[in-house]
Amino acid sequence: MKFLRNQLDKVKHNFEKGQKWEKYYYAYEALDTFMFAPNTTNDVKGAQIRDAIDLKRLMMTVIIAMLPCLLFGVWNVGHQHFLAIGQASATLGDKLWIGAIQVVPIIIISYGVGLGIEFIFATLRRHPVNEGFLVTGMLIPLVMPPDIPLWQVGVATAFAVIIGKEAFGGTGMNVVNIALTARAFLYFAYPTDISGNVWTYLGDGQVVAGYSGATPLSIAADAATTGTNVLTSLNSFGSVWHEGVYTFSNLFMGLRPGSIGETSTLMCLIGAFVLVASGAGSWKIIVSVFSGAYAMGLLLNLIGGNAFMEMPAYYHLVIGGLAFGAVFMATDPVTASQTERGKWIYGLLIGLFTVLIRVFNPAYPEGIMLAILLMNVFAPLIDYFVVSANKKRRLQRATV
Amino acid sequence: MGKFIKLKKGFTINLAGKPAPKVVELEQPETFVIKPTDFHGIYMPKPVVKEGDSVKAGSALFHDKKHEEIIFTSPVSGEVVEIKRGEKRKLLEIKILADKKVDFEPFQKFSVSDIANLPAADIKSQILRSGLWPSFVQRPFGVVADPGLIPKSIHISAFDTHPLAPDYSILFKGQDHAFQVGVDIIRKLTSGTVHVNTHASSELSTVFSQVKGADVNKFSGPHPSSCVGVQIHHLDPINKGDIVWTIGPSAVIQIGKLFTQGIYDSSKIIAVSGSEVKNPQYYKTHTGASVKKFLNDNLTNEHVRVISGNPLTGTSIGKDGHLGYFDQQISVLPEGDYYEFIGWITPGARKLSFHRALGLFSFLSPGKERVVDTNTHGEPRAFVQSGIFEQVTPMDILPTHLLKSILAEDIDEMEALGIYEVIEEDLALCEFVDVSKHKVQEILREGLDLVQNS
Repeated sequence: MKFLRNQLDKVKHNFEKGQKWEKYYYAYEALDTFMFAPNTTNDVKGAQIRDAIDLKRLMMTVIIAMLPCLLFGVWNVGHQHFLAIGQASATLGDKLWIGAIQVVPIIIISYGVGLGIEFIFATLRRHPVNEGFLVTGMLIPLVMPPDIPLWQVGVATAFAVIIGKEAFGGTGMNVVNIALTARAFLYFAYPTDISGNVWTYLGDGQVVAGYSGATPLSIAADAATTGTNVLTSLNSFGSVWHEGVYTFSNLFMGLRPGSIGETSTLMCLIGAFVLVASGAGSWKIIVSVFSGAYAMGLLLNLIGGNAFMEMPAYYHLVIGGLAFGAVFMATDPVTASQTERGKWIYGLLIGLFTVLIRVFNPAYPEGIMLAILLMNVFAPLIDYFVVSANKKRRLQRATV
Repeated sequence: MGKFIKLKKGFTINLAGKPAPKVVELEQPETFVIKPTDFHGIYMPKPVVKEGDSVKAGSALFHDKKHEEIIFTSPVSGEVVEIKRGEKRKLLEIKILADKKVDFEPFQKFSVSDIANLPAADIKSQILRSGLWPSFVQRPFGVVADPGLIPKSIHISAFDTHPLAPDYSILFKGQDHAFQVGVDIIRKLTSGTVHVNTHASSELSTVFSQVKGADVNKFSGPHPSSCVGVQIHHLDPINKGDIVWTIGPSAVIQIGKLFTQGIYDSSKIIAVSGSEVKNPQYYKTHTGASVKKFLNDNLTNEHVRVISGNPLTGTSIGKDGHLGYFDQQISVLPEGDYYEFIGWITPGARKLSFHRALGLFSFLSPGKERVVDTNTHGEPRAFVQSGIFEQVTPMDILPTHLLKSILAEDIDEMEALGIYEVIEEDLALCEFVDVSKHKVQEILREGLDLVQNS
């Protein structure tokens, strides 16, 4: 490693102030600090020691938390593919292989485009390359359908990073979640590629007779219009080509078509455990999103009215992207509510709105994306009230 | 009739090299220094001695031009050998070459019964003349107390939870009488109560537990429970317009001796601690002592940082430096100016962290003493609101919002968010745990200066 350090030291002075590559200092800094934790020491005055944590490590923790979802997603893309073409008995290796072929290029495009833009902006605006994109770059592929055209991934990532983040001043300044901005961009710009039967990668394979790629959410939405019981529809779904596709346990496990990483509630819960145990994600937000959705589901059960409203509330927790959104999107520390009390309100409302949008707006079968984006916008308002309460306590004390 | 306050939030940094309970008396250091930079809120320190003058313990060295009655005096007798100035002739330090034996400036002596009847004005003038006045720190802002004001309460933190902190039962052993007299005296300077704040779980030294005429409160919980700002927040919070003073136990004892013995006795016991010290233990010396003699043949290696004070709030002074006015410990840590290959991801239980992020396992063995160096362990980044500041701040204060309001220079917002209640040490842990490596204490002081001068 000494050799590498020496090489870096040899070129380092070129990037310093007044030198020929001064412009590229932050690009160099990103590389240097990636290879070596810096040799900087604390100031003469103030804290002489610092915690071993840094932003890179914190971000890596989040990426580790996403790995179960990613790995399962890769397998599930293959699994759904073979189910659709009637070869459910394909080997694990085959499924992973097909999945990897679909997923890995999306990841590469997402990181390539995003980091490229990050470096360009860091150079132009003279700020450090922020590690936040390490997480965003992984989140974007996980909320894409497996069949998404790669150029769309690139365009969406570029849009999200430039308009969603850099336009607001870079990492930490964005108002809405960047990965969801990418997803929402595709949703509204190329609706045909991100709705309908895009959730299963079919490739050149011939689908089995009677196959349908409908997701549980769309089945539930359809049930509302046709008036059939949602549970019956789900349980009988696919009986022509494969028995018991959408049983509750299958849905919980994530054996259904959907965005690459969102399908498995179980994997999301494993991720949630990592986030909460490491302190990288707020358990308050995760718990409150689930409770909000469940409470809204119960309320709708009580009201009744149509088949979707009568769907058992706990089904809301395993269909669609609720779990993934709750664990990885809502907890984004930049766009979430920043006060501890605010986090409860923020999470609860996300859960409530998700179910509301799902049930009452069949045009957008997935509610979590819009619910989180909406609450991202309202998070500062929630914080405003929580902070005002803190100030008020201080003022009241003064008169006593 | 003190209170018992349980604090939960915080983090006690458990470092290797805690001082052994042994007090050693070496030959006294040759030089002593008083630095105006140790005090906040003095505007133009002006020397009243010249190089070559001889002084006694308690002779004036300099005063603040705006408050000429507040004088700063020599801790020992000897000769003024250097008056060091910095940019724009700003006074940085006055160095005394000490005599072998301390010669004291005489002050008026009082019997205990006299003290009971002393009016506040006489008390003030004697403390002012002795140079002990700057030991009173005034909140808000943590500045040298204004003798013209009457604080609503005076707080004495009688324990120390900072890393490598000295044990107060060793520091103040046998000083019961002087402390009691000191408390009797400072009681007269406040319209309210004197609070002596002790730790609930540690063995209480009788110096503090038996004191009369003051509320003895108990605090439990991790650091920063010993920070007097945190204690005030829970006992008698500071609102806009309130004045509260704080003072350290050693200064209270010195005030006691000033009135009973008629001398400014600056002698104190200090802890010399840290992982790089061969024999971490206590030494007898005086305020402002040169630290050279304590470190001679006492360091495990040469590549170290010598800190006057504790590793969270102290100042790096170098091996030839001098003890700060308020400091009662010297901490010696390994210097951290090394690169670490992919150091941002390497796992291990060796690195100390409050977080439990990927690969940081120190939370599994909280009882283990650790060697921590001065490396920043990362680069400065934008604020990430992970709620971690709130977990180490046992006060109803939102540190992130407060810090942001300071960066935005929004004075009304700073006031509303409680800047009057904190000084650097109260939020020092935030600086330690910060993922984005902000200079929290520096930012806070900028905010305090801004509000104070507005």
